[in-house]
Amino acid sequence: MTTTAINTKKMTMIQGVRDAMHEMLKEHDDVMILGEDVGVNGGVFRATEGLYEEFGEDRVIDTPISESGIIGNSIGLAVNGFRPIAEMQFLGFIYPAFNQLMTHATRLRQRSMGRFTVPLVVRAPYGAGVRAPEIHSDSVEALFTQMPGIKVVVPSNAYDAKGLLIASIDDPDPVLFLEPMRCYRSSRTEVPDGKYNVEIGKASVLKEGDDISVFTWGAMVIDTMKAVEKLEAKKNVSCEVIDLRTLYPLDKETIAASVQKTGRAAIIHEAPATGGVSNDVISLINDTSFLYLRAPIQRVAGFDTPVPVYSLEQEYLPSTEKIQTAILHAVDF
Amino acid sequence: MLEQFPMHQIINEEGEIVDSSSMGDITTDEIKSFYYKMLRARMLDKKCVHLQRQGRIGTYVPYEGQEAAQIGSSLALQEGDWMFPTYRDHAATLTFGHSMRNLLLNWRGRPEGNVAPEGVNIFPPGIPIASQLLHATGAAWAEKKRGSDRISLVYFGDGATSEGDFHEALNFGSVFNTPTVFFNQNNGYAISVPMKRQMKTKTIAQKGLAYDIECLRIDGNDVLSVYFATQSAVDRARDGKGPTLIEAVTWRYGAHTTADDPSKYRDQKETEARRETTDPLLRIERYLKTQEAWEEEWLTRIEEEITLEIETALTEMESYPEPDLSQLFDYVYDTPTWTIQEQVNNHLAVQGRTTQ
Ligand SMILES: Cc1ncc(C[n+]2csc(CCOP(=O)(O)OP(=O)(O)O)c2C)c(N)n1
Repeated sequence: MTTTAINTKKMTMIQGVRDAMHEMLKEHDDVMILGEDVGVNGGVFRATEGLYEEFGEDRVIDTPISESGIIGNSIGLAVNGFRPIAEMQFLGFIYPAFNQLMTHATRLRQRSMGRFTVPLVVRAPYGAGVRAPEIHSDSVEALFTQMPGIKVVVPSNAYDAKGLLIASIDDPDPVLFLEPMRCYRSSRTEVPDGKYNVEIGKASVLKEGDDISVFTWGAMVIDTMKAVEKLEAKKNVSCEVIDLRTLYPLDKETIAASVQKTGRAAIIHEAPATGGVSNDVISLINDTSFLYLRAPIQRVAGFDTPVPVYSLEQEYLPSTEKIQTAILHAVDF
Repeated sequence: MLEQFPMHQIINEEGEIVDSSSMGDITTDEIKSFYYKMLRARMLDKKCVHLQRQGRIGTYVPYEGQEAAQIGSSLALQEGDWMFPTYRDHAATLTFGHSMRNLLLNWRGRPEGNVAPEGVNIFPPGIPIASQLLHATGAAWAEKKRGSDRISLVYFGDGATSEGDFHEALNFGSVFNTPTVFFNQNNGYAISVPMKRQMKTKTIAQKGLAYDIECLRIDGNDVLSVYFATQSAVDRARDGKGPTLIEAVTWRYGAHTTADDPSKYRDQKETEARRETTDPLLRIERYLKTQEAWEEEWLTRIEEEITLEIETALTEMESYPEPDLSQLFDYVYDTPTWTIQEQVNNHLAVQGRTTQ
């Protein structure tokens, strides 16, 4: 972490997101925001509240409902001197823009041998558990971790959100910045004023422990912390909890060091199990720490089903009970 | 709509001037230089088809028949403007300043093919149909925001107008009044699918009406009509008057690519017969003859000149150093991620190599 900040304020994650954009719009003329309802309305979650009033309609731009158009134009703007922050209203509506990300934003640097680069941040609220309508709750981070040329970042609290978003805007390559909706207002953390970075590619150890390393990200951080708290209160077990924060590139050192210390691992995510980022974590542990393992690596994930309508979403999401069971299974193996 | 959008011509099929009022004060020498550039593009195209047959380059995308559309339009641009081509628009990119050697390298599967000389703003060709239109509005928007008078021009085919990105780009261009020229080459086919299966409309120009932008329909085989129509669209864009959609009606004589057999979906004899009326080079030749400005010695001389240029570029292409692994690994991110670094090292180790 590098920081020039002094004062801090307690804020929610959504305020941290807004604070980062406010800071970067203020400091850098080339930063701009594009999206649906991001201007006058301040965003459907209020992530851009007041930014239109302060920075004007040329920098905080209400676009047509046109995801491919938003990303495609952002590519043109990014290549030609700007640093756009494109908001997808929900991750579940990024699919019309998939082509622009897959075939252009992430490839232009290589296709042009470095002549054209795309310093673009795509922000997207995501995840289940907020009783949203259909399609609004998808958790498809793995579609993007397998997309060469982009980085995938997921904060779970205000401090990380602000520092990671600033780092993402400053990054010379495209970054997908995922915002777990359930974390938007679930907690408040101290956030420094001014500009500071949380480095992309670095996980955060939320809680140290000796018996098992529990890796998670996004809204599952909330459930994992709850599960661990409950479990430790009733059993003699000590869990290390790590918020990965960046899903590509993964923090190899932190993951390996933790597993080598505890000898056990569990991975918790709400995305469907098959093809999930957990597989990359397992593979990384296999490559770095196989001989340290004392139990099979546990995984608690969403089903290989579409995220259901909200009457069933609690069935779909990994529960604290499932997380506890998985941890015990490894510890008692 | 055909009545509303007649196909504008300056020089007709016979080589006669039918609209002298749209010709500005263009000189015969300038028209001869247009011919030169079309001949250069055609000779390069024929050479490439031949090279592909010999196995000296990979699959090639020919444009023969579309030289007037590409060259007339690219000549209306100025240095600093942005060009967004498709895979078929190397007559345009060559004319706008791309290097012939690098264009040839493109057909050898080399990334250098996507890189124009420094200062020449040409994007790598758009491969997913219509996706490049949005980059053209975005890049033009950036120019407008900076207050510069640079504009962008984007090429696309008739088939591309069926894609969502075409409509999204016209809408963005319209809403944000970007200085963009949407240059459509309607060559009648999208691989095997004829225009009438692609759309019910008789024109492509009319699609601009829905976005309230200027739309023109021109004879894409008449290099003068193309040049002056594009010029007017470019001027409007520079003056802050927003985008224009130009439909240039043309024809591709050859296959969609060298991997395609057009006789499966159309009568190539009929296509050959069309040369009589649609060949853009023949049209200028006829015109120059009416002006008594056509000389066989001149043709011979410029053919020799172009042959030499092509042979030189070909030699440079064939003696170009082999690709190295840096082209695979070094340009994915500004700084390669640890996964990529590890993959490079493992790859080299297995091959017993120590360097890229
Ligand atoms: C999104 C997408 N779908 C399909 C293709 C395969 N494809 C390549 S060229 C082509 C036809 C395009 O026709 P048109 O836009 O009229 O341009 P032309 O090739 O005639 O110049 C198709 C379908 C592609 N490149 N991109």
